[in-house]
Amino acid sequence: MDAALLLLADSRLPAGGHAHSGGAEQAVRAGAITGTEDLARFLRGRLATTGLVTAALSAAACHLAVLLGSHGEDGGRPWTEPSAAAAAESETDARAAWRELDAEADARTASPAQRYAARTQGRLLLRSGRRIWPSPVLDTLAQAVPDGVHHPIALGAVAAAAGCSRHDAAMAAAYTSITGPATAAVRLLGLDPVVVHRVLAGLVPDLSGVARTATAAASGTVEAGVAARGTAAEAVLRIAWEELPAHAAPALDLLAEQHLRTEVRLFVS
Amino acid sequence: MSANHDDRHHSPDPHGRALRLGVGGPVGSGKTALVAALCRTLGPVLRLGVVTNDIYTTEDADFLRRAGVLDPERIVAVQTGCCPHTAIRDDIAANIDAVETLEERFGPLDLVIVESGGDNLTATFSRGLADQQIFVLDVSGGDKVPRKGGPGVTSADLLVINKTDLAKHVGADLTVMSRDAAAVRDGKPVLFTSIREVPEVYSVAEWVHGVVQSWAHTQAHHPHGPVVPTANA
Repeated sequence: MDAALLLLADSRLPAGGHAHSGGAEQAVRAGAITGTEDLARFLRGRLATTGLVTAALSAAACHLAVLLGSHGEDGGRPWTEPSAAAAAESETDARAAWRELDAEADARTASPAQRYAARTQGRLLLRSGRRIWPSPVLDTLAQAVPDGVHHPIALGAVAAAAGCSRHDAAMAAAYTSITGPATAAVRLLGLDPVVVHRVLAGLVPDLSGVARTATAAASGTVEAGVAARGTAAEAVLRIAWEELPAHAAPALDLLAEQHLRTEVRLFVS
Repeated sequence: MSANHDDRHHSPDPHGRALRLGVGGPVGSGKTALVAALCRTLGPVLRLGVVTNDIYTTEDADFLRRAGVLDPERIVAVQTGCCPHTAIRDDIAANIDAVETLEERFGPLDLVIVESGGDNLTATFSRGLADQQIFVLDVSGGDKVPRKGGPGVTSADLLVINKTDLAKHVGADLTVMSRDAAAVRDGKPVLFTSIREVPEVYSVAEWVHGVVQSWAHTQAHHPHGPVVPTANA
């Protein structure tokens, strides 16, 4: 684990996450979360579905960022040929690759309300990430999806810029998929924060498993794509992103849609 | 120190950006009324945008839109997830995003007002979000409030003490408030208002106009940014 993961996963990271409840606010309103036992079930379900999907997307984005030569310090793209024309072409391919991965995130997010929330969070994270860990690959990503990339894609790319591994990126996505709603429930229901943290501690084995599974899925998908010959930029366009996990959580989709239509809302999502 | 010196590439206007003015203060002190009054008085001479931070719903944004003081599209609401404080101080990302959205859509602007959700005496704006900030108290909270201090009262660039018309009803001594505020504010300005009686709030508007002009001057002499026109009237 890279120490930068601690910064990235910290709820104090100034990237707008505090205003999102991940469906918890609407679940509380609907009576689906009334106490810590309900919350534990909600979080377990969220981790196994949205958590796994976002962890895999985050790991894939981290992998893609590294392939595109994102390491921040020298900004070099090792696979790029020296000519200006080749560099421009490579930049075009890189943007296309980001847009493809972002489209995969869209395809896995059925609810427009959740898409909006994910893009808002992604835009804010990328904005902060570019200032904290400046890197050419983050600039490319921002240019590729100017209205806001899906949050896990931003998270994976920022993780790469911060020097984190794919597994770190997956862990950060899985972790925030449950800590956001857990904190929201503490604020909304006045739950004992220590008991809620005990619930989170109980989910640690699941968290590790999800991060492992997500990393393996992302690595398998990316490596199968780039195994064929060619430049990196061409290779990343051949990656079959559709192989990434695509677990759905229809109840979360419905909660997100209901939430958007509720008049009194404390959280964005 | 002004906001975002290292963030020039996010400035949507190559000629520099608008002054960002934070308006904070406790619930019910008159923040939204002040923002509406500033829009009414300064709207004809400055290009404005407003970001509201509501505790829930979009109550303040709706109030401003209904007041008809500004094109409704120039008013953007930010949700704060139970923590109005966090959104203006610790994690300003959503507010910065809203400010920049306004500047991209309607820019160049001269002034973007960011109204905080009602909070307590410790609430202050991050210098990463607001270049200047106004803290709004009201007389009916009691004349001891300025003496209690707190970062909002002591450090705001301007302290506004509103609802002076209520002083006689609540037994508040404005002289005491004025003396105590001066004592904890180290010479920074304090203005007394009764927005209900003088809805144009000329004194505050004049202060704001002054800081906008200084800001435009600074931007004009900034190594990265030439002139920002200050008024179109």
